[in-house]
This record gives sequence, structure tokens and C-alpha cells, in this order.
Amino acid sequence: MWLWVLIGFLVLLAVAGWLSWTANRLDRMHHRIDVARASLATQLLRRSGAVVELATSGVLDPARSLLLVDSAHQARAAQPEDLEATESDLSRALRAVFHDPEEARALRNEDGVGELVRELAVDCRKVELARRFHNDVVVSARVLRSRRRVRWLGLAGRAAELRTVDLDDEPPAALVED
Amino acid sequence: MRVGLVCPYSLDIPGGVQNHVKDLAEALIGLGHEVSVLAPAEDESALPPYVVAAGRAVPVPYNGSVARLSFGPVVAARARRWLRDGGFDVVHVHEPDSPSLSLLALWYVDCPVVATFHSSNLRSRALSATAAILRPSLEKITARIAVSEYARDTLVNHVGGEPVVIPNGLYVDRFATATPRPEWRGSDGTLAFVGRLDEPRKGFGLAVEALEALAAERPGIRLLVVGGGQLRVPVPARLEDNVTFLGRVDDAKKAQTLRSADVYVAPNTGGESFGIVLVEAMAAGATVVASDIPAFRKVLGEGRFGVLFRNRNVADLTSRVAAVLDDPDRSAAVRAEARTAVRRYDWSAVAGRILAVYETVVGATPAVEEHHPKSGEAP
Repeated sequence: MWLWVLIGFLVLLAVAGWLSWTANRLDRMHHRIDVARASLATQLLRRSGAVVELATSGVLDPARSLLLVDSAHQARAAQPEDLEATESDLSRALRAVFHDPEEARALRNEDGVGELVRELAVDCRKVELARRFHNDVVVSARVLRSRRRVRWLGLAGRAAELRTVDLDDEPPAALVED
Repeated sequence: MRVGLVCPYSLDIPGGVQNHVKDLAEALIGLGHEVSVLAPAEDESALPPYVVAAGRAVPVPYNGSVARLSFGPVVAARARRWLRDGGFDVVHVHEPDSPSLSLLALWYVDCPVVATFHSSNLRSRALSATAAILRPSLEKITARIAVSEYARDTLVNHVGGEPVVIPNGLYVDRFATATPRPEWRGSDGTLAFVGRLDEPRKGFGLAVEALEALAAERPGIRLLVVGGGQLRVPVPARLEDNVTFLGRVDDAKKAQTLRSADVYVAPNTGGESFGIVLVEAMAAGATVVASDIPAFRKVLGEGRFGVLFRNRNVADLTSRVAAVLDDPDRSAAVRAEARTAVRRYDWSAVAGRILAVYETVVGATPAVEEHHPKSGEAP
């Protein structure tokens, strides 16, 4: 009899431990999502900052400078719900501006400008990475949150709905070629 | 006179600015001037003989829509060569405040410059960075033309200066003599609407509401709809036989549509700077019923050349349209006034006014020889 109680108690303990471990995993993931989101936001701001700097440096012709300043400004001033659209527009504007591979290569190696252009290229790549890392965590957190034990016992607590960030972050090919 | 025109948008895609540049070029050539148009295009062979291709146009998100613009080193080099080889007396750029060919041409130009501002949307002007980029180029403009009083006010408020107002031109006779299409006509009256269906400010929803009210007593009424875009709210099923969607059409078919209509409805709720379609409808002999927004009141001579209704007021729109349909005699007087009024928008008149600007500018600017390129930034 006591043996059964003991076994029951141990099973209960194991289940409780397992659930608490799951909740912990979930909590860590939510935290990682917060960090990833903040890092993506930082990278996006860095990129638009680099764009404005390049556009106002006077290296590019006024048509391209104007397009870049405008897109970067739209992206920086966007409400959260327009963020994906305006950042995608900025990526498209960048690809349109740097569509000539030879000129881009020349710009990258030019004194003074080269540094700005190379920095922008790095920022473009980092946006791409940050967005992917963010979505990776979101996807694994979603998988965990869709488990029965998590849904039935409400282990996710009041954490908000998890959304991936969908944006066109393909850098201009001519800028990031090696 | 040797005139260089710069069009920022691809000529093979229909649009207000493109049509204006093409028509202006042809009108000037007709008056015996030498004209060359620089426009984005990849293939030179498909272009009219007076057009020089500036290079590929790439789709770029700008100002809330996707524009096909042309820029980059190849384009810049071609613009430069076009200016050098052209030996123009005057260069006329269009929409110089968009990131486009016009702005590029302004960068290199060293002869008198006339600029036409078409849109009244100057959103990004307020930005200091934008202003810093634009200023050196915009400083080269000797004369500014706005296409309407409304566009002029926006221009004065944002850029300053003294722009002259010269309206968009059209070939009145192309509209006045288009052949109506009997199969498009409704037995109880025909209405026409032109404008994008997915832009709420064009007011297509208001037109449909008014049509619904009108169809109650006139089951045979017909609304002809010209314009692209996806419908935001579907047209009620019971009105299916009363609405004919013609989609995006060329100028000839637009003229036929307007010629087939008794009434042209313009329920636009705002954001219009001129309203060339109203003038086209007047030229085609349709009675215009338009919202009383400033641009339209101006075009309709405060109601002498057409009928105004209270903006956004469907009941008012409905009763005004009904009155025109029920009393053709009264509207005949309005139409007669309108036919005379549109003559001032005909290219024969408009080209002359633009030419007067060219002549003033050429006379007022020091000769090209005394003008040093790249000295634009000098005090």
C-alpha cells in the first residue's frame, strides 16, 4: 500500500518537474524572442541610419539620394504595424539604387565613400541575419506552445501571440558580393 | 527654338505626366520648334522619333505607390550626353522633386530651365535632409509652372517662389469628335466615371450609392466605369446590369466613353490638384456633376460649366444627376458654356502660353557661353 503511495507521489513529482521544466523552456524562449526582436530593431535602425548618412554625403546623384532619404525616413517613422512594409520598401529602394555591379564595386573601393558603403553592406546583411534568428526562435516557441500540455495547462501564461517578422531584406547583390 | 523636355516616367505606360509631355512635344513640333524628349526607356526603336531613351526604368516604391523610375550611372551619363549634344535653348523638366531623371538632368544642366510641378503631394519636403539634397538642383530652375491654382498654393507654401499657373492641355477635338458607342448607352440615361477603383478619394463608392438611388426610378440607367484597381466593396448584385466595367483603356476609348455619356460624375473627395478628366468630359459634351472641392470648383467656373454637389453628400449627388437627366434643356446651356470654356485648355492655347514662358526665360538668362557649369554653388 505505502509502496503505491510512494510510487504515485514520485510519478506526480516527475510530472510536476517535467511541466515546470517545460514552462521554464518556454519562458527562456520568450525571453530569447524579446532579445531577438530588440536586436532586429537595432539592426534596422542601423541600416536606415547608414542609408541616410550615405544619401546625404553627396556621393550619389540627387535622384538616388532623394529616394534613399525618403525611404529611410519612411522606415524610421513607421508605426509598428507598417514596419514590415516600409522596411521592405527600403530594401527594394536599395536594390534599385545599387543595381549596377560595376559602379557598386567602384564605390566600395573609393576613398571616404567606401567606408560608408561597406558599412551599409554589413548592416544589410545583419538585418537579414537578425530577422532570421528572430523567426527561428518564434517558430520553435510556437511548436512548443502548440503542445497539449502547454495549451491545456496554460503554461504560456499571458504571453502575447507570437508573430514572425516577414520582410523583404534581400541586400543589393552588387553591395554584398565578395 | 531648341527645346529639351525631360519626362521622369516611362512613356510606354499611360499616365498624366507622360501624356502631357508627349502632347506638348507634338504641339511644339507642330509650331515649328525643334524638340527632343529624354525619357526612361530601354528600347529606342519603339519610341516616337523625337524621344531619346535614357535607360532602363526600375520599379521603385516611392510616395505610397510603385513608380518606374530611371537613375544610376548609365542613365546619368546618357542624360549628360543628351544635354551636351542637344544644345538646347531651354530645358523643361517635369516633376523635378521626385527621385528621377528630371532631378538628374537638373544636376547637369547649364542652360535656362523651366520646371512643371504636376502633383500637389509634397510630403517629404518638410525633411531637412531632403531639402538639402534638392536645393542645389531646384535653384537652377528659372521658371516654375504649376498645373493648377491648387498645386500652385502647395508649391508656394513649401518651396516659395512665384510659380505661374498653366493648366494641363488636351486636344479638345479628339474628344469632341470621338464616335459614341450606342451599345454602351443606357435607355434611362448614361453616366460615366473615371478613376482608380481602389482609391477611396476617387469616390467610386459614392457613385455606386447614387446609382442605386437613381436606378429605383430609372431601371435602364447605366454607369460606365473606366479605371484599374481592385474594388474595395463589390457592387450590389441588383445593380449588375446597370454597371459596365471597361477597365483601363487607352485615350481613344476613354474619349468614346465620355462621348457616350450624358453625365460625367466626379465624386472625388479631395486630393485633386486639377481634374483633367473633367475638362475631357466637357470637351466630349457630357454634363459634369462634380463634388465642390476647390480644384473642381475652379475647373467648373463655380458651377457655370458644370454642376457642383456637396462633397461626400450622396443625396445631393443623386438629386443633381436626376435633375440633369430630367431637364436636358437646362443642362444644354451648361454644356454649351462648357464647350467654349474648354478651348482654353486646348493645346493650341496651352502650348502658346508655355512657349511664352520659354521666351521670357531665354531672354532673361545670360547666354550659355558666359555660364560656367559646376559654378552653381558659387555665392
